[in-house]
Amino acid sequence: MSSGTLLVKRKRPMDMLLRVSIYAAACFSVALLLGIIGYVFYKGFHIVNWSFLTTVTSARKQTVGILGNLFNTLYIVIITLLIATPLGVGAAIYLNEYAKPGRLVSLIEFTTETLSGIPSVIFGLFGMVFFGNTLGLSYSILTGSLTLTLMVLPLITRNTQEALRTVPDSYRSGALGMGATKWYMIRTILLPSSMPGIVTGIILALGRIVGESAALLFTAGSGYLLPRFGDDFMKNMGKLAHKALESGGTLTIELYLRMQNGEYETAFGIGCVLVIIVLILNLLTKIVANKLKPH
Amino acid sequence: MKSMTKNKAVVEAVAQIIFTICAFFAVLAVISITLYMIISGTPAIFKVGLKEILFSTTWAPTAANPQFGILYVILTSIIGTTLAILIGVPVGVLTAVFLAEVASKELAAVVKPAVELLAGIPSVVYGLLGIYLLNPLMYKIELALFKDSATHQFTGGANLLSAVLVLAIMILPTVINISETSIRAVQPSIKSASLALGATQIQTIFKAILPAAKSGIVTAIVLGVGRAIGEAMAITLVSGGVVNVPLPFNSVRFLTTAIVSEMGYSSGTHRQVLFTIGLVLFVFIMLINILLNKLLKKGGSGNE
Repeated sequence: MSSGTLLVKRKRPMDMLLRVSIYAAACFSVALLLGIIGYVFYKGFHIVNWSFLTTVTSARKQTVGILGNLFNTLYIVIITLLIATPLGVGAAIYLNEYAKPGRLVSLIEFTTETLSGIPSVIFGLFGMVFFGNTLGLSYSILTGSLTLTLMVLPLITRNTQEALRTVPDSYRSGALGMGATKWYMIRTILLPSSMPGIVTGIILALGRIVGESAALLFTAGSGYLLPRFGDDFMKNMGKLAHKALESGGTLTIELYLRMQNGEYETAFGIGCVLVIIVLILNLLTKIVANKLKPH
Repeated sequence: MKSMTKNKAVVEAVAQIIFTICAFFAVLAVISITLYMIISGTPAIFKVGLKEILFSTTWAPTAANPQFGILYVILTSIIGTTLAILIGVPVGVLTAVFLAEVASKELAAVVKPAVELLAGIPSVVYGLLGIYLLNPLMYKIELALFKDSATHQFTGGANLLSAVLVLAIMILPTVINISETSIRAVQPSIKSASLALGATQIQTIFKAILPAAKSGIVTAIVLGVGRAIGEAMAITLVSGGVVNVPLPFNSVRFLTTAIVSEMGYSSGTHRQVLFTIGLVLFVFIMLINILLNKLLKKGGSGNE
């Protein structure tokens, strides 16, 4: 009851204040996420229906749809990953298995780090000038993919490197001791054991590609139409290949253009589709990461 | 038998060469980006004059007598980024403290994925929410504040402050993740020594743990600066579209948003100046990268 004894703790108002601000900050971060996702769903989910996902916006047919943008996004994702994955994994193998620590390795690691710090607008400018003008690819899906390849390369390299580091050295010496060549050892021992890490890198890269916009605006352009597919398989393949050289806007670009025109309904619809993709990718990363953990 | 060994040796050599080429790709990419940024960014400097571009405040690229001063654009990026850091870093570091020191395992298991998800949301979605929710709110505040002002140009809420808030939110995941890692890396003995001396949990966090995690938190801030200064699509529409003095309720242009919104219709010298803006941004980013590299090296040797 009386103050001044050892048993009564001194009240510290500053402690209280700091404790409250810690909780407030954490609540804010979580509320922010829930608010963002909740609001995008609230505004956009009712826009997303079958015809929204399976038609192309057309004034004549009176449809508003994003099939063309979904197609472009998928196309860019596939080309980018097809180029970036071998390059990134190869670079990681060199850094971890072949290179001796020294100036060269720190140069490569510094540039990889730098590459991951360059903002997407700069990639966009570079892609526009180099792939678009110098190589003559102009606004096309290929220009966009090549630009994004540079952007996601560090992600794949770093994740593969981390996975390779977790492979015990005894695996390496075991394989080499039994007479395997280095490449055989990498192919049959190292790559399979570091597969979860590589896959994580690929999923993270996928997420970045799907969410990217600034680097694509001036490289892949904003085309939203599908190639006119017919019945002839070979001709369709030809059209598909030709599409790579034509302009193609992804979901994010379409969202941006709609937002610019004040068409918020469609914009929120696309936003909702994007958030759903992000949620799915996040879940996938979790599943793969759980596989990575030792049982 | 001999030919097989020879074959194997060839395969080995080829594999090593291919991996080496892959590794040099990043070096090649950075060198070409640097070269191309310099090649496309410098012609305007020679044409218009370095002083005229960097230190003049009048931006009238399409006027009959065009002027290309980007001082306000540069200042907007610097001030906008600084404000975003001032708002985002305290919230981020406190959330990191919550995750690493205060929250129970179960609670942290809920908050942590939320933060990771925030990082994955595309920047255009942040922009959409900014323009749809934040701008109208800002407009109301603007109307109330400048009711009697005769000189204020009303922006409809698309102003520096809106952009700063969006940026502050967008750097949160970076700041939280890096700070949390560095707080968790603080040696447990520091914490237990402080607690054993009778310090409260809060005193321990702010007087012992955070100072020990300082280098990691500085890294987090630098990374946050990099993200904020390079962000484009989220703030292009939210920040308005006039080159202006960077005051909270002014419609402004950042380095990034100037490029994004004007590249589409620019030509001639205007286009070249936009590349110069790109070069200025690139120089900022390279400085940040070099600083970061120094910090990481220092942090690395400190832990050994």
